[in-house]
Amino acid sequence: MFGFLVRRLINYIVLCVVATFLSFTLSSISFDPLSLLRQHNPPPPAATIEAKRVELHLDQPIPVRFLTWGEGVLHGDFGETTKDHAITEELWRRVGVSLRLFLLGITIGIALGVLIGVASAVRQYKLFDYISTFFSYVILATPVLVLGPLVKQVAQAINNATGSEWLQFTGEYSGTLDADAGWLAAFDERLRFLIVPTVTIVLGQIAYYSRYQRSAMLDVLGSDFLRTAQAKGLTRRRAFFKHGLRTALIPMATLFAFGFGLLVVGGVFTETIFNWQGMGAWLVQGINDQDTNVTATVTLFVAVCVLLSGWLSDVLYALLDPRIRV
Amino acid sequence: MSASEITLDEGLLDGAGDGPVLEVADLDVSFPSESGRVHAVRGLTYQVARGEVLGIVGESGSGKSVSSLAVMGLLPEQARITGSIRFQGQQLLGLSDVQLSKIRGRRISMVFQDPLSALTPVYTVGDQIAEALLIHGRGKVSKHAAANRSVELLDLVGIPNAAARAKAFPHEFSGGMRQRAVIAMAIANDPDLIIADEPTTALDVTVQAQVLEVLKTAKEVTGAGIVIITHDLGVVAGFADRLMVMYAGKAVETGHVNEVYQQPRMPYTLGLLGSLPRVDAAEKLPLVPIKGQPPSLTDLPPGCPFAPRCPMAVDDCLTEEPALSEVDSTSGHRAACIRSAELAATEAAADEIEGVDASNAAAIETAVEVFGAELVAEPKAALRPRTERPTVLGVESLVKHFSVTKGVVLKRKVGTVHAVDGVSFEVREQETLGLVGESGCGKTTTLMEILGLTRPTGGNISVLGKDVSTLDAKGRKAIRRDMQVVFQDPLASLDPRMPVGDVIAEPMQVHGFDAARINKRIPELLDLVGLRPEYADRYPNEFSGGQRQRIGIARALALEPKLLVLDEPVSALDVSIQAGVINLLDKLKAELGLSYLFVAHDLSVVRHIADRVAVMYLGKIIEIGDVDSVFGAPSHPYTQALLSAIPIPDPVKERARERIILSGDLPSPANPPSGCRFRTRCFLHATLSDSDKAKCIEVEPPRESQGEDHEVACHFARTKQVV
Amino acid sequence: MSTTVNPAAAQDAAADIVTSKPVSRGALVRRRFMRNRWALGGIVVIVLLYVVAFSYPLFSPYSYEFHDTSLTYDPPSLSHWFGTDNIGTDMFVASMRGLQKSLTIGLLVGVISTALSAVVGAAAGFFGGITDRALMWLVDLLLVLPSFLIISIASPLFKGSSWLILVVLLVAFQWMITARIVRGMTLTLKTREYVSAARFMGQSPWRTIFKHIVPNMSSLLIVDATINVGSAVLQESGLSYFGFGVQPPDVSLGTLISVGTGSALTFPWLFYAPAVLLIITLLSVAVVGDGLRDALDPTASRARRREKRKDKLA
Repeated sequence: MFGFLVRRLINYIVLCVVATFLSFTLSSISFDPLSLLRQHNPPPPAATIEAKRVELHLDQPIPVRFLTWGEGVLHGDFGETTKDHAITEELWRRVGVSLRLFLLGITIGIALGVLIGVASAVRQYKLFDYISTFFSYVILATPVLVLGPLVKQVAQAINNATGSEWLQFTGEYSGTLDADAGWLAAFDERLRFLIVPTVTIVLGQIAYYSRYQRSAMLDVLGSDFLRTAQAKGLTRRRAFFKHGLRTALIPMATLFAFGFGLLVVGGVFTETIFNWQGMGAWLVQGINDQDTNVTATVTLFVAVCVLLSGWLSDVLYALLDPRIRV
Repeated sequence: MSASEITLDEGLLDGAGDGPVLEVADLDVSFPSESGRVHAVRGLTYQVARGEVLGIVGESGSGKSVSSLAVMGLLPEQARITGSIRFQGQQLLGLSDVQLSKIRGRRISMVFQDPLSALTPVYTVGDQIAEALLIHGRGKVSKHAAANRSVELLDLVGIPNAAARAKAFPHEFSGGMRQRAVIAMAIANDPDLIIADEPTTALDVTVQAQVLEVLKTAKEVTGAGIVIITHDLGVVAGFADRLMVMYAGKAVETGHVNEVYQQPRMPYTLGLLGSLPRVDAAEKLPLVPIKGQPPSLTDLPPGCPFAPRCPMAVDDCLTEEPALSEVDSTSGHRAACIRSAELAATEAAADEIEGVDASNAAAIETAVEVFGAELVAEPKAALRPRTERPTVLGVESLVKHFSVTKGVVLKRKVGTVHAVDGVSFEVREQETLGLVGESGCGKTTTLMEILGLTRPTGGNISVLGKDVSTLDAKGRKAIRRDMQVVFQDPLASLDPRMPVGDVIAEPMQVHGFDAARINKRIPELLDLVGLRPEYADRYPNEFSGGQRQRIGIARALALEPKLLVLDEPVSALDVSIQAGVINLLDKLKAELGLSYLFVAHDLSVVRHIADRVAVMYLGKIIEIGDVDSVFGAPSHPYTQALLSAIPIPDPVKERARERIILSGDLPSPANPPSGCRFRTRCFLHATLSDSDKAKCIEVEPPRESQGEDHEVACHFARTKQVV
Repeated sequence: MSTTVNPAAAQDAAADIVTSKPVSRGALVRRRFMRNRWALGGIVVIVLLYVVAFSYPLFSPYSYEFHDTSLTYDPPSLSHWFGTDNIGTDMFVASMRGLQKSLTIGLLVGVISTALSAVVGAAAGFFGGITDRALMWLVDLLLVLPSFLIISIASPLFKGSSWLILVVLLVAFQWMITARIVRGMTLTLKTREYVSAARFMGQSPWRTIFKHIVPNMSSLLIVDATINVGSAVLQESGLSYFGFGVQPPDVSLGTLISVGTGSALTFPWLFYAPAVLLIITLLSVAVVGDGLRDALDPTASRARRREKRKDKLA
């Protein structure tokens, strides 16, 4: 089993490198970072452009550029942006911003999603099931770029109704807080800005996981071993929870890896809509700035996130299912 | 009635009263479906006494399983159940799930058909058995005590090394062992009634014999009444005290097991008895095919539901459904047929049939006479002696090994499965060779190697005199014309998206027949296998299992092959349908001069249809020869065990038989035992002297002649009569 | 002899075919689908949207190029159903133009990518070996490197070129997941005896794939095509939202939403018109997909439910 997880990990690392390389190559082909310079008025002298070209290593073939960049990454240096800022300086702050949003969102989302999924499987074709199914459908059909503004408007309405400005939906903090305001005030400050975007993410996650949990539960509902459990004297309900739920959680482990990938992509929208300076917003900025180093760094971040969640779901799978514990 | 009217007598949970354990009266069960309400059980009434074994026999869809799930209260919510189910006087219908759960597993327990899916995959076997004890322990049983008891129970049902195995997960158990674990769970609380629903259907014969033995032990230990549900008249012959035959949701005959087998008074029972090939039949008996198929339970016409298939049906049968009425007032033998008396008269007048020494010979003869079965005549021209006929298929020292690999990205070889390890046999023209053995013995691999027509890992395969390893693509395609295959599962062997005509036409298109010729040949082929030519436009799902198997046979015959490879062609069919297909195969062989390689696990069928038989164990042929020699004078201990494990549908004979119960499971073909591969389970080996034992361990026994056309691979072969 | 013995009975192996000829599969599927009111509604909505999106000139006197500069930010009214934007463009017309593009891209990508998945997935599953490993690896890679990321990075390359390039790109990165499902299905079908039968009668591998394997996955493919249409619409709108997808002068629902988001609180119709259309489209596609799955899946439980409801009423 341990060997299996190690092999999976190696496989994921290889994938990670390949993914980053592809992204780097594609960016290098697609972007023309000198175009901004050329558009300057008056046009800068050819020597300046040439100097920038050398500075950005554009005179070298792409694989060499990737190796140069990759070597830096191994030493913790992610290179510079086209505007000469060190990426590393900004990176960790942005990673923190994104992870705060994602991890909170996914934790609450999975917990509620599984609960609601189980509840609607238990009450199949009853009112609760119909309502939760209806809402999942609507939310799944609502892209983040629509859902975000909608949640924003609901928050605005709440603020209007309560006559306060407590819920905030632009940025991560106001920056107006006094440095000596104490941790409670700081916590309150962060919370006010965190709630609305987190709700946006949580809604999507609930809809996603509850649908799958519901159908996984329903699959298990007709299984022979549930009948055996009842035959030995468990009530329908206890058999369902003790034997059914435990088994129905297994497929969710695989889903988790896939769901996290979707979440990271959705994060690009969430961050842009709520003006959070996270990794997703950075990607958009990087593309607009034609900045290969930024896009490659973001790709690496996404790949590592997916890698870790994938590996975590392998571990979870092994923990949940004795059949693959070899 | 509503739940509030019924109360649970808590005293019932501890003690057992007198009188019958179970009384079912006028039970009706129906389900909603796409095409209307399915009346799965209609007016069923029966009792089970303390310590009695009731066998319920019927084909698929007869309502036998549904009725027992109703007793357990385990039917899905949408089932509508009426009537009465009394357990020791307590009405069970109408009890709530919570109340029923106090009785389930404690006073009534159940063993299900498919042991592979009956256990929760994520808990250990020991925990699942202990759970049964803890639920009903009402807090008085400690976890520790329950764990100890579950080890004892596993030991009781014959699981070796029970303490260690209790910690294993279900997927680490073989099918037979899982079924034992389920039985251990069922007897954990010393119940008064055990319902076993097809407990051996998914298992090999030797494992089936083991499990039946365990059920007998369970009965002795608990003194419970047992309801055993099966489609196999053989399984219950030796085990049941009373028998109930079900058809279309109703009991059509019930009585003491001997009477039902010896004097069946309902044509359906008679037909079932006549349709079974018997492993103890020295002479080939005609098999009784029952035409048609069971009726749909959504919309039953008035009258006897069996009437459309019954050779004795008269107009009166179609007006009113006959009630289950007494045919013999002293013994409680009842049948639902208005012509029972006439059946008795026919039976008295039936002639002797040669070749079978059965207690119910008269019944079988009556079946043959009533249903008009007859043997296929031997081919017109008398056959030349076997050795003078050309070899159609020759297999010599065939070896097929599979590598066992681990790893996703980098596959590493961790072992070799010796699926087939030096198999030799030949099939001569117009001959049927039966290849038999339990699952995992390598018979399917052998078959696939032959059909694949590629160079094997080792040894030679020659078809019609051509060595397959020398063939190029063109030569291979040419040989495919002469060698065709019929598969086991009639559901899976026909493409559901193609009309039957296209299915049959496909091989001809592949081999370049022109359209006119194909169109002419399709009706011919359908006619040949006993189907109407108009059926060509219909899709496979419109046909019954038996008919689909006929379509499969028609496809195989399209190219006029010389050799047919038959992979368990009748094992997926209901008994009453099976006989018709076997008769068809017999007829085709005689008419078209075909040769068959017939792979099967059912030795009774093989005895009926084959000329020669080869018995495989762990990738080797351990006994081969003329059918009468191998079945009549089996010399290898494994063949003897295999034959003795086959139940015979004759209660008198079955009870008198000495059964050889093999210990343990088939060893892994990845790591076969040294020397003789059977020695680890061999009852003979255990009785040998140390020096003889050493021979078994060290030297692989060669195949040696035991007489004319009879070879055995055993150092200490001796004949033993087992059937 | 007293019994009526019928010797013909034994010979008539043909027996009776299933008494009444059952309804064909297609009819059964259609009947089940029609019974599902939600799915039926979904298909009606999609067809309606598509028809209206292309025939909007029949309903509206305005053209997309017409900007009524005297009437900017006009709220929805009888003359401008969905209001007007900052330069006085009629939002109904703009939305219909956007819908045209979004729906067309969605349908094209859904159908083409599913067809591609079917061929590649079936081939990988059937032949196994290196094709199979490579495919699995590609799917894994797509999980690590989401298609949204790739297409948005590549977007500067096709700035100013036709939206058809976007279709090609979306197809290129959409087929993998379905292909993996198809591959899994093929592995199951491959062990079916009718596929073995085809092999043992000498049928060629590609013919076997197209004759026996792909047709038997048609239900899966239909359902997946629907899902793929939905996810293509979603991807397209997301890309266009950031300006990485459909490029001006073309408009799609995504570009309209992007413009409208800023004014969502002040001039809500600019946001809601395209947003609600997008939600309706995606919702309809989703219920149609589910309806198809239920209709094609023989274990669908609707009949049972129906009966249960009837029982309760009785």
